[in-house]
Amino acid sequence: MTALRRPGRLALVGGLVLALGLAGIAVAWAGLAGTGPVTIEIPIRYSHYERSTVTVRAGVPVTFVLRNDAPIDHEWIVGDAAVHERHRTGTEPVHASRPTEVTIPAGTTKLTTVTFDTPGTFLYICHLPGHEAYGMVGTVVVTAH
Amino acid sequence: MFRSISRTGAAVGAALLVAALAAGPALACGGLIGPNGAVNLLRTTTLAGYHDGEEHYITAFQFAGGGGAFGSLTPLPGIPSKVEKGGDWTLQRLVRETEPQRESFLLGAAAAAPAASAEELMKVQIDALDITVLRGGSAQVGQWAKDHGFRLPPDAPQVLDFYSARSPIFLAAVFNADAAAARGQQVGDGTPVHITIPTDNPWVPLRILALGKTATERVTADVYLLTDRTPALLPAPNGDNGLNLDHSAPASESLLTDLRTDRGMSWVPTSGWLTKVRIDAAAPALGFDLAIDASGARQPSRVLAGLDLPGAAAPVDHAVDLARLAVGLALSIGGIGGIVVLLRGRRPLTLA
Repeated sequence: MTALRRPGRLALVGGLVLALGLAGIAVAWAGLAGTGPVTIEIPIRYSHYERSTVTVRAGVPVTFVLRNDAPIDHEWIVGDAAVHERHRTGTEPVHASRPTEVTIPAGTTKLTTVTFDTPGTFLYICHLPGHEAYGMVGTVVVTAH
Repeated sequence: MFRSISRTGAAVGAALLVAALAAGPALACGGLIGPNGAVNLLRTTTLAGYHDGEEHYITAFQFAGGGGAFGSLTPLPGIPSKVEKGGDWTLQRLVRETEPQRESFLLGAAAAAPAASAEELMKVQIDALDITVLRGGSAQVGQWAKDHGFRLPPDAPQVLDFYSARSPIFLAAVFNADAAAARGQQVGDGTPVHITIPTDNPWVPLRILALGKTATERVTADVYLLTDRTPALLPAPNGDNGLNLDHSAPASESLLTDLRTDRGMSWVPTSGWLTKVRIDAAAPALGFDLAIDASGARQPSRVLAGLDLPGAAAPVDHAVDLARLAVGLALSIGGIGGIVVLLRGRRPLTLA
């Protein structure tokens, strides 16, 4: 009888409980998503990476979808300064053996999965002649797990 | 002196060619980069003549050393009716016409160094140049280049889109250095090419001159125009936009006579207007072409200058729209009124 006299208070309590429950589910879902596979698309147009900065978590595999919409070939090479210095004077015409070094022929899409072990900032660059100077550079920010 | 060219013939012409190929600014002609990454083909002074509805685009591709194959791309306003070897002295004679005081310099100076595949509309071999007229957008031209062992510089996709939106016709000039060496061609030797293009109004591609150049490089070039009457240009050369009007005057009789006696130059009229536009611009600033109105209407096209996209919406005439709206409303009201009147005058159906 008492409860029937106070339906507004009961509804309020029920609503709060429901909201808390939904919030808990959302947090749990987000946590699960954070540890699952991550996919990041990087379109390439007019010899520029249309996504110039990406942020990922250390230790989490990230699949990069490299979509080359341009009529010319491009590269996506990610790494530290030493890696890029080597490629600036490199003569390897095609990259296909390392997940951090990908050749993307004109009009194609390539997928590569990379796990960054340590936090830090790395650049991804197209090292075909003139492309880096033209602005074909992007940044991967790796945060702590 | 040059009056005598027509009489002395090819020997003098050839001598002038050797002398004057070293003259004036040369353009690093990017576009088709050979497997060794070198851009070894330069383009010297250009003439865009217009007479009887045809543009005569005459330029010289100059061998700047190196081996293998390399080349350049030139956008065209339409499908050429003819591609042939250009006259031996036309370009040099134009230089002399407007810069006679620099004769000694000209004779001694060295040239500044400078998807599905596209449809091949025409193939012509001129000396060591393999010329192909292509039709296609940036993807097709890119594929064509790849199929032929070339790659394009990073700014090519944007530049090719810029041109193909107006005219998807390109002239690829591939220079075979090995063939040139076999022919005895030396560094600095050039091959003039004469392209005849039927068109309503001529235009000269300028943005392509910056293809493959870095942001700090400059584009320097001389463009000569020979038209029946004083042309109107867009952009108008004002110096600040990288275009300088160095010469604008009736063409001299001696010039026209000398030009007319060169190979393939019989189209040159007996009178005309000679304009020289000197280009000196930072490569990133050269984002347009030179539109020419040779009709006398003095209305060069913004689309041909690359300042507007083709098919851009014409300015809206609001007065016309309002009139259309008023007519439409009146008709609608009349129609509704008519239906109402008909319904009122109609007797309800009753069963017998």
